[in-house]
Amino acid sequence: MSAPPATPPLLGELSDALGRGELSAGAVLEDCLARIAAHDGQVHAFLRLTEREARAAAQASDERRARGKPLGPLDGVPLALKDNFCTEGVETTCASRILQGYVPPYDATAVARLKAAGAVLVGKANLDEFAMGSSTENSAFGPTQNPWDLARTPGGSSGGPAAAVAARFVPGALGTDTGGSIRQPAALTGCVGLKPTWGRVSRYGVVAFASSLDQVGPFAGDVRGTALLLQAIAGRDERDQTSSLREVPDYSAALERPARGFTVGVPREFFGEGLNAEVAASVRAAIARLEQAGCAVREISLPASPHAIATYYLVATAEASSNLARYDGVRYGRRAEASSLLELYERSRGEGFGHEVKLRIMLGTYALSAGYYDAYYLRAQQVRALIRNDFLQVFESGIDAVAGPTSPTTAFRLGEKVDDPLAMFLNDVYTVPANLAGLPAISVPCGFDGGGLPIGLQLIGRPFDEPTLFSLARAVERTSERREPPIVSMGASRGNSQGAGLGATSGPSMGATLPRSAAPAEPR
Amino acid sequence: MPIDLEQVRQVARLARLRLTAEEEQVALAQLGRVLAYVERLQAVDVSGVEPLVFAGDPAEAEANLREDLPRPCLPRERVLEAAPQHDGQAFVVPRILE
Repeated sequence: MSAPPATPPLLGELSDALGRGELSAGAVLEDCLARIAAHDGQVHAFLRLTEREARAAAQASDERRARGKPLGPLDGVPLALKDNFCTEGVETTCASRILQGYVPPYDATAVARLKAAGAVLVGKANLDEFAMGSSTENSAFGPTQNPWDLARTPGGSSGGPAAAVAARFVPGALGTDTGGSIRQPAALTGCVGLKPTWGRVSRYGVVAFASSLDQVGPFAGDVRGTALLLQAIAGRDERDQTSSLREVPDYSAALERPARGFTVGVPREFFGEGLNAEVAASVRAAIARLEQAGCAVREISLPASPHAIATYYLVATAEASSNLARYDGVRYGRRAEASSLLELYERSRGEGFGHEVKLRIMLGTYALSAGYYDAYYLRAQQVRALIRNDFLQVFESGIDAVAGPTSPTTAFRLGEKVDDPLAMFLNDVYTVPANLAGLPAISVPCGFDGGGLPIGLQLIGRPFDEPTLFSLARAVERTSERREPPIVSMGASRGNSQGAGLGATSGPSMGATLPRSAAPAEPR
Repeated sequence: MPIDLEQVRQVARLARLRLTAEEEQVALAQLGRVLAYVERLQAVDVSGVEPLVFAGDPAEAEANLREDLPRPCLPRERVLEAAPQHDGQAFVVPRILE
């Protein structure tokens, strides 16, 4: 009789276990790869695996440990990267046909920093093409399924990293967040996801979407995992002139800090029309738990925030139309057959980009074109200033963090909104304000709906005040029920694909306890 | 309808995107819906509001300017490797001058 497969440890626990020598990086990696082999055929979190490089990195990590010279808390920790991070020698597609086959000659700074910290990079995860979307259905290489219910989307655009963490294929991942692309999929898959302050993490080597909004951030199953990842990637990078010079604080100290004494603002605009009642109730209950933990809770108003979606879709598409001009079929990526240079541009781009990307490029081109610039783009930037001012005033009035739902609903069905860009945009109604204002924001799991789907609480903080977000998110995490999606308990054995697709959820998990044996379950 | 088919074609030309006839129709409908939605911004009072053009701290950005000095870049052959067509020295495109 085989023992039930152990639930893999969360990132923080794994880091401790590796540090104490209870687990080896090699064994941890093999367990990850076995889970991926068993279940990623159904989930499709990964576009490609880098098993050879990962095994070499894990071996090097174990050798460092054996010599007593580990590189730090991420040494030997397996991670996934959204496929819009450039990786030297490893294909990087942004889930677009126009970049299919592109092998970057360099690593993004965030990737280089993870490697320098000893992390084991397992593969490149799926996304909406060029990070444009909220369901991962815009990937040119097929959608990702939500591990909690394979008929549903994991959200997007970082649906691959979120699903990989939720399915416990890897304990952590990096994504990017332009309008909610880390936080919304984190909420829909029951992970923790952080969008740091604009400027906190270098974007060098990250494929640009909307440069005044884009930010790199971590996913993990635990708040501590996201803090460990941010610690490794944050800080000034000479190669990204927009990266901040501010010192990076010790985020682990914030995790230890009790949530007493903070003032949490609850914006009434985040609880209006369009918010699912179960999500509202769960988020309100989590805020009440923060109050019990010693926070003051005040109702606030962010009067310009209802304009955030309209503002976002003008600013983001205008910047995207400019950023994506570089895909011209000349320097990298796909080239169409053509007899003139203009035809080469038009056909390479027409055939290489997917529908949503073309739509957004056109919207942005229109908003920037002569005669419309003032009415659309300039006005959007003025409303953006109002949205940011709302937050700054709230923070000046003594609010330490703004709390509300991350997403108006739990995970929706694949195909449900794919033909209606506006319905898809409205998923991001609570997440885009933090991007427009350049503020840090975290989504932390706070409960489940009646169908067993996870719900996320969002906390938005002052510029560079990620520590307060970690303290508050830890308090929510400590007081929230923890469950695992059904495929986690199947371990590395191939499950019945039907069973996992019916939306059935497991009961309370077996807990996040470490396996008793020194090594995790080996594939059978 | 805030946008017509000729405008869709003009925007596609500006953006260097070749669309099929079907794509033009879908873009017409979807851009029309989105533009109708963003129309709500016209009702917001923005008189005297400075547009937010930079998401970071302008003072820090000002203090943060680096010296304009040449630095090593990627070797030519590694960059050209990623190009669809090159001659070992430069990217190759269809002839633009007769």
